[in-house]
Amino acid sequence: MAIKIVERRPLSLAERTYLPQILAGLKVTWDNMVRPPVTLQYPDERPTIPQNYRGVPTLVRDPNGREKCVSCQLCEFVCPPKAIRITPGSIPENAENAHVEKAPQEFEINMLRCIYCGLCQEVCPEEAIWLQTQYSMTGTSRDQMVNNKARLYELGGTLPDSHHKWDKKKAEAEKQAGGHH
Amino acid sequence: MTLETLLHDFALSPAWYFTAGRGLLVIIILMSIAAYSVLLERKASAWIQGRIGPNRTNHPLIAWIPGIGTLLMKGGFIQPAADGLKFLFKEDPLPGHVRKVYYILAPIIALAPALVTLTMLPFGEFSYEGQKHIITLCPGADVGVLFMFAISSLGVYGIAIGGWAANSKFPFLGAVRGSAQLISYELAMGLSVLTVFLATASPNENNPLSLVAIVNSQTGAWNILYHPVAALIFLIAIFAETNRHPFDMPESETDLVGGFHTEYGAFKFGLFFVAEYGHMIIGSSLFILMFLGGWHVLPWLPTVGSGAVASLLGVAAFFVKLAFFLFFFVWVRWTIPRFRYDQVMRIGWRVLLPVAILNLLAYFAWYALRG
Repeated sequence: MAIKIVERRPLSLAERTYLPQILAGLKVTWDNMVRPPVTLQYPDERPTIPQNYRGVPTLVRDPNGREKCVSCQLCEFVCPPKAIRITPGSIPENAENAHVEKAPQEFEINMLRCIYCGLCQEVCPEEAIWLQTQYSMTGTSRDQMVNNKARLYELGGTLPDSHHKWDKKKAEAEKQAGGHH
Repeated sequence: MTLETLLHDFALSPAWYFTAGRGLLVIIILMSIAAYSVLLERKASAWIQGRIGPNRTNHPLIAWIPGIGTLLMKGGFIQPAADGLKFLFKEDPLPGHVRKVYYILAPIIALAPALVTLTMLPFGEFSYEGQKHIITLCPGADVGVLFMFAISSLGVYGIAIGGWAANSKFPFLGAVRGSAQLISYELAMGLSVLTVFLATASPNENNPLSLVAIVNSQTGAWNILYHPVAALIFLIAIFAETNRHPFDMPESETDLVGGFHTEYGAFKFGLFFVAEYGHMIIGSSLFILMFLGGWHVLPWLPTVGSGAVASLLGVAAFFVKLAFFLFFFVWVRWTIPRFRYDQVMRIGWRVLLPVAILNLLAYFAWYALRG
């Protein structure tokens, strides 16, 4: 291993008085002072949130307005702080989305428990739960900090995907059923 | 009544209402400059750190004024009032373990010298009926620099007594450091200014230590050009004397919690705070008077205008220089980190003192050879 010996130059008289260094330091602080401040005055000014931000978890609908969640409860099971509580429900036979079979009757995420880990989003087979750009959750009571299903859909909005997985399944099932005839 | 006579009466009249007015002015000037120095400190610190600083405090009555109300709020100009009132209305605690008499006495002792010295500070001059008079808050007492040094150094007793009376470790350490630092730097400070007095003193001068005589001798070049080494030593010494960074020994938040005022709160702490700024004002004023031409506007340009206007502009020049110095204290604070205690002692005894003595000897030799 090559050893590189760094020569230690003895300090000159000017350097030993520290005065040139102090003057240079004063210039540094002066330059900093005339620079515009970096403060974001938070409630008045809001930061720009990148689209891939992982904020408050929300539920989304597909472009046809169908709720994507099929109430499989994987997110409820994976959630480390047990913030999610799902009451599964069935879809009535005569409904338009009857082929999906299941949907949550109630879906609650307790934001006092949520740690924003994103495991629910990762585990979801339906891409129904998403951590989106909302970063500020406030409430004046514990109840207000629990997002129910209506609120989750209100926050979530629509996911502009084009899978239409369940519609394709339905079409395929109908075709197969037609083939038998 | 012309402006001249009004100035004259206010500055010199022995009538009780003028005396009372002057006394009131000392307190108002010191308190308001100290309060706005705190604002300057907070704002300048914020700017240096890329922040904005206090910009939220406002009073409904002031907010109501269109334009100016918002401007005052953004500039933080209402903040000092809020700070002062907070200190005033907070519960004033008296811890059970302190030495009570001295604990209460210490902030008063810290502040009194600052107020006393301020009364003697000359900060302008005016002529009335062909005679020149000095604008100071205690007229007719051109006591000179010796009195200033003597009284302003008493301020450290407030620190020493406060630290001791608090009866716990960190305040005591702060007090000891403060005293040691004052003694170390007082010597170099005194020796450095001697060269200035050596230059101005003449045999027919009846008060060779007069600050007014020094200011009057600076109508041409300022003393800082003739005595750069003395000015530098004096500048470093006033940082040490006022316990400002980088000589923040008695307070040193990082190692001594709050130093000598750890056990203090509410208005007693406020008094210590005002005293620190009072000493900054006096230290800077002395530097301005001795090295930066006092109330002279610029080197080789002692006065602008004539009559009362000239004297008021002179006072304004003095206060502009003072404002710069108060800013300079903050500027240096965020530039140089605090020295260690042993470094403080080494700089004081092994650098500044010998340099001050050599500087004095050099000027002695120069004047002796010149005859």
